Amino acid sequence: MELLANLELGFSVALTFQNLLYCFAGVLLGTLIGVLPGIGPVATIAMLLPATFGLPSESALIMLAGIYYGAQYGGSTTAILVNLPGESSSVVTCLDGYAMARQGRAGVALAIAALGSFFAGTVATIVLAVAAPPLAELALKFGPAEYFSLMVLGLIAAVVLARGSLLKALGMILLGLLFGLVGADVNTGQFRYTFGLPNLGDGLHFVVVAMGIYGFGHIIANLEKPADRKTGIAPIGSLFPTKTDLKAACPAVLRGTALGSALGILPGGGALLASFAAYSLEKKIAKDPSRFGKGAIEGVAAPESANNAGAQTSFIPVLTLGLPTNPVMALMVGAMMIHNIAPGPQVMTERPGLFWGMVASMWVGNLFLVVLNLPLIGMWVKLLSVPYRLLYPAILLFCCIGVYSVNNSAIDVGLALLFGFLGYLFIKLDCEPAPLLIALVLGPMMEENLRRAMTLSRGDPSVFVTRPLSLALLIVAAALLVMVVLPVVRKKREEAFQE
Amino acid sequence: MNVHIGSPKDFVAGLLFLFFGGGAAWVARDYPMGSALRMGPGYFPLILGVLLALLGIAICIRGLAVRGEPIEPMRLRPLLLILGAVGLFAAGIEIAGIVVLTVVAVIVAAAASTESRPGEVVLLLVVLLALSVGVFTYALGLPFKLMPVLPFTLAPG
Repeated sequence: MELLANLELGFSVALTFQNLLYCFAGVLLGTLIGVLPGIGPVATIAMLLPATFGLPSESALIMLAGIYYGAQYGGSTTAILVNLPGESSSVVTCLDGYAMARQGRAGVALAIAALGSFFAGTVATIVLAVAAPPLAELALKFGPAEYFSLMVLGLIAAVVLARGSLLKALGMILLGLLFGLVGADVNTGQFRYTFGLPNLGDGLHFVVVAMGIYGFGHIIANLEKPADRKTGIAPIGSLFPTKTDLKAACPAVLRGTALGSALGILPGGGALLASFAAYSLEKKIAKDPSRFGKGAIEGVAAPESANNAGAQTSFIPVLTLGLPTNPVMALMVGAMMIHNIAPGPQVMTERPGLFWGMVASMWVGNLFLVVLNLPLIGMWVKLLSVPYRLLYPAILLFCCIGVYSVNNSAIDVGLALLFGFLGYLFIKLDCEPAPLLIALVLGPMMEENLRRAMTLSRGDPSVFVTRPLSLALLIVAAALLVMVVLPVVRKKREEAFQE
Repeated sequence: MNVHIGSPKDFVAGLLFLFFGGGAAWVARDYPMGSALRMGPGYFPLILGVLLALLGIAICIRGLAVRGEPIEPMRLRPLLLILGAVGLFAAGIEIAGIVVLTVVAVIVAAAASTESRPGEVVLLLVVLLALSVGVFTYALGLPFKLMPVLPFTLAPG
């Protein structure tokens, strides 16, 4: 019954007036940027982070988390109504969601997406509450060698699950680790890669890098493409699904939730992967796969449930191991550090109010989201008529202000400009930037643990394979790498990201 | 002398990695290396730099061998104007204040798209000025100067 006591503590934190307000603000903003194509949760969280400096840590993290899972709801609205993914995790929802909209069944698709997401969110909250304590207990046994191996595993998984070329993803990891080393060395105070800029003494701030790549870089790349000729917004129609709809959608929601919850926990996973995997699963087990792409309700229900479940369970490795598994989680780690919380297993024991408050707020946030997304759908539809040419100057300005306010430094804005250019090059060259951002956050921790492990073992590198837990983590990492090089799995991996 | 590059995207990405990896390793030579027992500040960066450079070379070679998509041509207008807008903001914010910089950054950024219309940009400016002054400067208390700092107003202090 410890779980109930914990949840009670969580709700007592989440249900204070202030935290309810920030939770609502987070999911509202999340829905907004989810609906708007061209801006995602990474840029938004990075932009807002400086504004949370003055808040209590509970409120700040509750709001930032709300942006991420709120975006999963909003993304489906755009996908279904205008056939554009509002969020990258809603790409597959376009296929059947828009097809349903063209048949005049947009309302049903929206309702199933929102209700499926709510169900998935509820289950994922429970998974988080049940799975986190034992994982944290295990993590408390970790020494530096285990942590180093865990990070190796996390990074390898990020490579395996990244889209596109494996070699390039590996390169992005190494590059991210190097960027993470910029600044004063913790042990000796030696300045590394600062090029005479005193600003860089504290390291490259991840907000600067994230905003450069995901803010400025994406704006440039978006403007290069010809403007989207919107096909018009489909009418919503009735929101109520028929009995046949429900009969088809319910099992798909269950499968999507299960798959999404599992994939969210994996390093490299999260909402994006979960939605792709859930869609391919539905297509594979359907009696008549040819219905997909022509308005099959399972094609909306499964990926939308999966992306919300995945978004929430991806908090598990961050909160218990301190290991970010996707760029949004990398930002959450940064946000925790700004609020003087060292991410890892001790969060649960030292700050139970924060931990369980966040868990409880996710369920509360999901409740808000159902209300925001079903009865108030008309409001979001109006937003869809705002063209990108009006959005991007605003995004650019907010990014500039956000980067500046991290350290009140104009040089940071200049650095973000450089990363904007780099981010644009990455898009041009098909280099997925997600692994870079994860590695950037892990870089300093990885070096620190490597050094400590080597000092403890008196310079003997075999420590990583003689300690059983460390060895097990490394074996899993190696197995992942081997698996992905095998031609069979390789083909599957490409298929999963195609659709 | 015409070398055929099968996959330009891979080839250039490889060069990029080679540049960063090689550069990182080169700079790391100046940092104390230490030993495996007591790693100096140069140990980990050197390893990473060398690995990245080697990987870059491998990706380059692969880019020569395999076939892949060409790199889509770069368009200079969005690239230069967007980066220009950010650069102007960085260069000017501490001198010219948030009001001037909002106007400058938004106009330069808007010029990056062929779709922008003057009337809409003016309207957008009004909204964004209200936000950057009202929300960011007053409500959130970010330390922006509102108006340009003229040399003679700097005198006291």
